[in-house]
This record gives sequence, structure tokens and C-alpha cells, in this order.
Amino acid sequence: MRAWLPLGTGLLILTAFLVMAVIPESIAPYDPLGFDFAALLAEPSAEHIFGTDQFGRDILSRTIAASRIDLQIALFAMLGPLLIGSVIGLLVGWFGGWADALFGRLADIVVTFPFLVLVIAIVAVLGPGLINMYIAVSCVGWVVYARLMRGEVRIQAQADYVAAARVLGYSTARILLRHVLPNAVRPVLVYAVTDMALAILTGSSLGYLGLGAQPPTAEWGVLIADGRNFFTTAPWISLAPGVAIVLAGLGFSLTGDGLQALLDVKR
Amino acid sequence: MNRGTWLLGRLAQIVPSFLFIGVAVFVLARLLPGDPVSAMLGDHATDATLARLTAQLGLDRSIPVQLMQFLGGVLRGELGDSIAYRIPVARLIAERLPATVLLTLLSVAIALALAVPLAFVAALNANRWPDLLIRFVFQIGLSTPIFYVGLLLLTVLAAWAHLFPVGGYGDGWRAHLWHLFLPALTLALSFAAVLMRSLRGAVLDVINAEFVDFARSKGLRARVLLGRHVLRSAMIATVTLVGLHVGSLLGGAVITESVFAVPGVGRLMVESIFARDYPVIQALTLVLAVFVSLALLATDIVQMWLDPRVGR
Amino acid sequence: MSLVVRDLRVVFNTRSGPVWAVDGVDLEVAPGSVLGLVGESGSGKSVTLRAIARLLHGHAKVSGAVSWQGEDVLAMPPDRLRRLRGAEIGIVFQEPMAALNPVLSIGQQIDESLVAHTVLDTKSRRARALELLDLVGISAGATRLGQYPHEFSGGMRQRAMIAIALASAPKLLLADEPTTALDVTIQDQILRLLLRLKDELGMALVLVTHDLGVVAQTCERVSVMYAGRVCETGKVSEVFAHPRHAYTQALLRAMPGEQIGAKLVPIPGQAPRLDAPSPGCAFQPRCTAREPICATQRPSFTELATRRFACHAGARL
Repeated sequence: MRAWLPLGTGLLILTAFLVMAVIPESIAPYDPLGFDFAALLAEPSAEHIFGTDQFGRDILSRTIAASRIDLQIALFAMLGPLLIGSVIGLLVGWFGGWADALFGRLADIVVTFPFLVLVIAIVAVLGPGLINMYIAVSCVGWVVYARLMRGEVRIQAQADYVAAARVLGYSTARILLRHVLPNAVRPVLVYAVTDMALAILTGSSLGYLGLGAQPPTAEWGVLIADGRNFFTTAPWISLAPGVAIVLAGLGFSLTGDGLQALLDVKR
Repeated sequence: MNRGTWLLGRLAQIVPSFLFIGVAVFVLARLLPGDPVSAMLGDHATDATLARLTAQLGLDRSIPVQLMQFLGGVLRGELGDSIAYRIPVARLIAERLPATVLLTLLSVAIALALAVPLAFVAALNANRWPDLLIRFVFQIGLSTPIFYVGLLLLTVLAAWAHLFPVGGYGDGWRAHLWHLFLPALTLALSFAAVLMRSLRGAVLDVINAEFVDFARSKGLRARVLLGRHVLRSAMIATVTLVGLHVGSLLGGAVITESVFAVPGVGRLMVESIFARDYPVIQALTLVLAVFVSLALLATDIVQMWLDPRVGR
Repeated sequence: MSLVVRDLRVVFNTRSGPVWAVDGVDLEVAPGSVLGLVGESGSGKSVTLRAIARLLHGHAKVSGAVSWQGEDVLAMPPDRLRRLRGAEIGIVFQEPMAALNPVLSIGQQIDESLVAHTVLDTKSRRARALELLDLVGISAGATRLGQYPHEFSGGMRQRAMIAIALASAPKLLLADEPTTALDVTIQDQILRLLLRLKDELGMALVLVTHDLGVVAQTCERVSVMYAGRVCETGKVSEVFAHPRHAYTQALLRAMPGEQIGAKLVPIPGQAPRLDAPSPGCAFQPRCTAREPICATQRPSFTELATRRFACHAGARL
């Protein structure tokens, strides 16, 4: 019960967003790019639930259409650090030694640093844009995954089945890939789900600052930034995309919590 | 070993860590794609001016010499000149730093004033409705981007209710505090959300600790129990947590300053990125890294003061 | 009788259902006497002590009667309870490193007890604290008062905890496995200390332990517990010489005796389930002396001189 409630709710929310991302045309009431000069900066009403912007575009439709980009960001901004970090964590955790000690020190320093500031600094070097943002996030984010993976690998390395595999003369690669990895990776994957919520926050923050997704790409952070100039006259422009971020974030973190509770029971 | 020795040792650790930061920033800056000199001169670059500026900046020397020059300059407080503002970077940063420091300190104060009592309420009612409600609200808080909270507060409290100014900094202490209240509140809400989960756990641990039972078995008054035994240990845990999450606080400060147009170091960072103002970016990274080190040092010192186990 | 416990029951409401940690315990402690409370882990002895001092947390339901010098402890108002604890009933826990507040000095932890229960001024309190440290055998008292628990060795910490518990001169000391976490040599010292203190201060002592040897060494009377129930109570010498409960007998048989090479007879079966108390005798599944009635009817207490036992087979053991 403890696991199913958050898990179910989270998955429900995520499915809704997935549908929005895949077939926005069927869900959105209007064409997200459609200008409507008859209804500029219209207040929220029955026709436009979240109002329109300065070009008459329906806010709700734009928000729905933007889910595609934000879900992509959630995925890719998590994937880079996950893959890089897991590989490094696996190797460092298994072989130990000076590499492990060095990694430990590096990890301590990087983790204490403001994640966002480091990402922004790297984006500064590379230039604004989604791809550069993914690169920046991967450069900084791998450390957390590596630390997690390393910890899990160290635990698995002590297990009896590993000793048994060694005695049977299996090669290191085989032990690592077919025995240690499948067991060690589970908590890392659970964390990855929660991390996707953080990825959306990072992506939208950079989008808001103009350093992530670039206009005319519709991304929730960019949409909120669009509304910034009108927050006295038309505050609804920024409202819907923000709600979308919160809901999507909740979707991922609830799912992550549910998975965590599920895992603990099995352990 | 006594506490004086421990403190000196801790302070001494700062030196190599600053050195490491300096070298790291230097390396990062040198990894820039493209030529910073052309970037600085822009469209007016000719071969002659390029060569002259390169020599002037010492970029034609060997890397180790450049490193020495850079570190020497940092120690002297010479961090170069800003391309966009055309004044020494050190002066620029000195002008902007106070706002950020004030914002951060205010936020921590508000965040703790919010989070600590709520953590107690949650822990004392573990798994009953007050706890579940608090955890749910803070879960939502964790999923809400800071700039959104900032915009909401700005819209409602500043633009509509006219209770607070719409961003900026003002002149004089009173004005500063009034202008910084909304951004500090924004940052505080976000920081409190980050702290809450661990804080609740820490308070729960303290409440259920055996030493609290033993103290209760001595027949102490509830006030003494709570104040001397529970609160003290909870404070130590809180300080540790704040130190752990300083990074998150600074990242949030950068965004908050942008939303509320606070003339601080965070907004300067974002502006400099757009303006490709490399000297400022480089210096700011250095400053922020130093800031984090000092913040960690401060939390360590506070912990030493509260916890007699440290350094003995 | 200073302390009388009748039909004490403690039920914990856990996530997987109720757990009967204490399922009907009767105890008596006479002034100045030493009662041993012995049983395996999970028998409910520590919970019994905490229930007597009302130290259990909210999710525990306590029922039954606990009376201290005629007063009902379980129904005491908070103010009276607070004055009872420390000044009349003191308690010593098993693990001093966990029980002592790590950020307060030993002197502070003694002092707060004195502040709560006496009207001594600062100087007198300090003098009393030094007396206490001396009483428990901690030398260099003046320095030690300003030190913190982590600066003491294991045995010293336990002595310090005893000093703190005795600060307000309680008439009854509940000691929950005070020597289990210590080295064997230190164990001996602490036990001797407790006995000496009992004599010097005229205190009654309840000693919870799983070690029959400790009981033999220190206690006058003993109550044997199993699965939250008391099996038998009586004078130590008599109980050990002629146990009247099958569990006591099995325990004694399982102990290493004086004969080298003699076989140890372990107790067969599994530990009892506290979430499903049996309608009959709790020990019945593992008992070698069981009769059919043991499975269905919970044995009531039979009194035999100073002995009390609850075993259907007791008379013929």
C-alpha cells in the first residue's frame, strides 16, 4: 500500500504527459502556433482556459505542445549522467585503489558545489542551446550517479555469489556485466526516475534564463519567460507552464518514491 | 588535540583548497573554444591589435607562467577588466557582492524559521495527518521551480497588492531589507523544501533517541527536556544539513536575483554569460567557489561551537 | 512491599499488527532487596522495566496495575510522575553511549537531576556531584565533571550513568542489563558496585539480565520470564536448586556447569511469536515435560512457600 499509492498516482500523471507529448494535436484545443489577432492577451475564459498571449496564441495549447520538449529534457538530461556515471562508478567501485580515492575527493568537492552554477558556467563556455545544456549537465551530473553506483558495487562485491563466480573462474568482465551490474543498477535506476524531476527543473530554469531551449522552441521555462514582461497586465501567460512543471515534477518524484518503497520491500 | 588546534587545522585546509580552485578555474578558462582575445576585440580586430592585446594579457607566455601570473593576480586582487562594463572586475564584484550575501543570509534565516518548527511538528506527529500534510506540501515545493515561485510572489504581493517593491535593491539598509524580502522569501521557500525531508528525519532520530528517554527517566521538566536535550541535538543536525546544501542555496540565489533584478553577483553571472564577458565569468566562478568553501568553514565552526565531540 | 506489579500487559501497535510484548506480569520488590528479572531476548524484561517507569512511547498500550508504596503509578498525574522519577525510582540503561547525551558534560547531566529534585545551591550541588562520582568509583572527580561521555571508557561511562541515576537518592533502581555491553572483568566490578550501593544507600534493586550467572551472583530473588509472561518467582538458591517451571529447568540444563565435558542440553524449537500469543502455556511448543492441558489452558500461579510458579507440570519436576 505504501508503494502503490505514490507509484500509481505518479504513473497516472506521467502517462497523461506522455500522451500530451506524443499527440498534442488531439488534446490541445487550439493550434499552439496559431495567432489569433482577435483575442490578444485575452483573460482566462471558457474559450481559452488559461488565456492567450500577446499574439493571441492559446496558452493551454502551447503548454501542452511544450510537453514534448520538456519530457525529452527529462530523459536526456538524466541519461547522460546516468550512463557516464554508471560506467565510472562501476569501474571505480570494483577496482578500488588510487582511482577510488581520487574519485572520492573529486566527488566530495563537486557535490558540494552549486549544481546549477556549474551547469550555467559550462553553458557559458559552450554557448546557449539544448545540446550544450545536455553536455553541461552530463559533465556535472555524472558524479552523483558514479557515487551511487560505486556504493552499490562495493556492497555487491562482498556478496557470496561474487566469490562463487570468482572460484568458478569467470572472467572479470563476465562477473561485472552479468552478475554485479544487474544487482547494483537497481537503486541507481530508481534514483534516475526521481532525477528526471530535477532534470525538468534544471532544464526549465535554464530555459527561463535563455540558456537552454531557444525560442521559438516551446519549452515550459521559455514560456514562463515569455510571460515575464506581462506579469502585471497578463499574469496568466506564465501560470499554465508553471503548473505543468510542478505536475510533471510530482509525477516523476512520486513514481520514484513508489519504486523506492517497492524495492525496499523486496530487499 | 584540543579545539584550538582543530580550528587551526581546519583553517589551514582552506589554503590548498583555494589553490585547487584557482588552478581549476584557470584550466576551465583555458578550455574555452575559440580565442578569447578575438572575442574581446570583436569586429574591430586586426592582426596588429590582436597581437598587442595578446601580449598585453600575457597570453603569449607559456602555460605555467600564465598560471603563475593568474594566481599572483588573484592574490593581489587583480582580476582583469570587464569587457562589458570596462571597469576592473574586482571592483565590479565588490559592488555586487553585498547584495548576494545579504540575500543569502536573509534566506537562510527565513528558511530555518520556517523549516525547523515544521520539522518538529512533523516528527512529533509522525505518520499522522499533520506530518502527511507537511510532507505533501514540501514535496510540491520541491517540484516547483524557484523562478516560478518568485514570479508568483512578484505578481501577487508586488504587482497587485503593492506590499513590496517589484525587484531592485534600493538605497540604505531599510530599503535593502524591504526590497530583498520577496527574493529572500522565494529562496527561503525553495531552500526549506530541500532541507525538510532530512531535517524531519534528523528531528525524529533525536526525539526517539535513548538519551532523551534517560533524561525523561530522571524526572526532568518537559521544558528542560525539550530545550536542553532535544533542541541542542536538533540544532547540530540542522547546521550540518545547511552546510551540505549550500550549493543548492547558491544556485537558487542566481535564479532569484535574475527574477527580481537584484544587483547581485548571481545576476552578474548570467549577464556576463550573455555578454561573453570572460574575465568576469572566470572571476565569478572563483568567487563562488571561495564562497562555498567559506560557507562550509562557517558551518564547521558553528558545529564545533555546539558539539563538544568535534575536535576533542 | 515497595513495588508491586500485577497483571502488567504491554501491547505495541505495529504496522504488521499488535504485538504482545508483556502479557501478564506479576512482580514484587521489597525495600532494600535485589530482584533479578531473567529471560532471553524478546521475553519482555526491558519492556517491563520501561512500562513501570512509564517510559514507553505513544504506540504502546499499557494495562494492569503498578503500585509504588501504595500509589498507583500508571494513573499518576504528570507532576507527581515527574517527582517520582529520579527521586524515588531511578533507571539505568544498557548502553551508556546511547543513554548519555553526547553534547552535555557529565557534570551537567548530574546537575540537572539535582536541580529538578533538590533545593541545593550551586556549590552544594557541585559537592554532591563530586560525592556521587566518588561513590561510584570514578577518580579525579573534579576533572571528570567537565568531561563529555565520549571521553570516558566503557566501564567509566556505565559508572557515570549510575552516578547520574542515583543523584537524587532514589529508593528503587531499575537496572536494564547494565553489564551486558561491558567486558567480563568490568561486568564484575559494576555488579559489585551495584550491590555495595544497594547496601550503603538502602536501595532496592531490580536487575534485568539474560545471564543466569549474574543472577546467581547478585540477586536474592528471581523472576524468570518467557514470551512476556512470568514463569516462576522465588529465592534464587531455591529456584536454581529445584526449578518448578519447565522453562527454568531447561534454562538451567542448558547452562555450562562445573563438569568439564558434560553435554549441554539446548532448548529445542523456535522463539515464541509475540504477535500471536498462545491460549495455553507460552513455552508449551518447546517443552519436554508438556501435558495435553498445557496447549489449551494457560497455567495459573501456584504458591509454594516463597515460591510462585505457573506450570502445569511444576509439581512433579
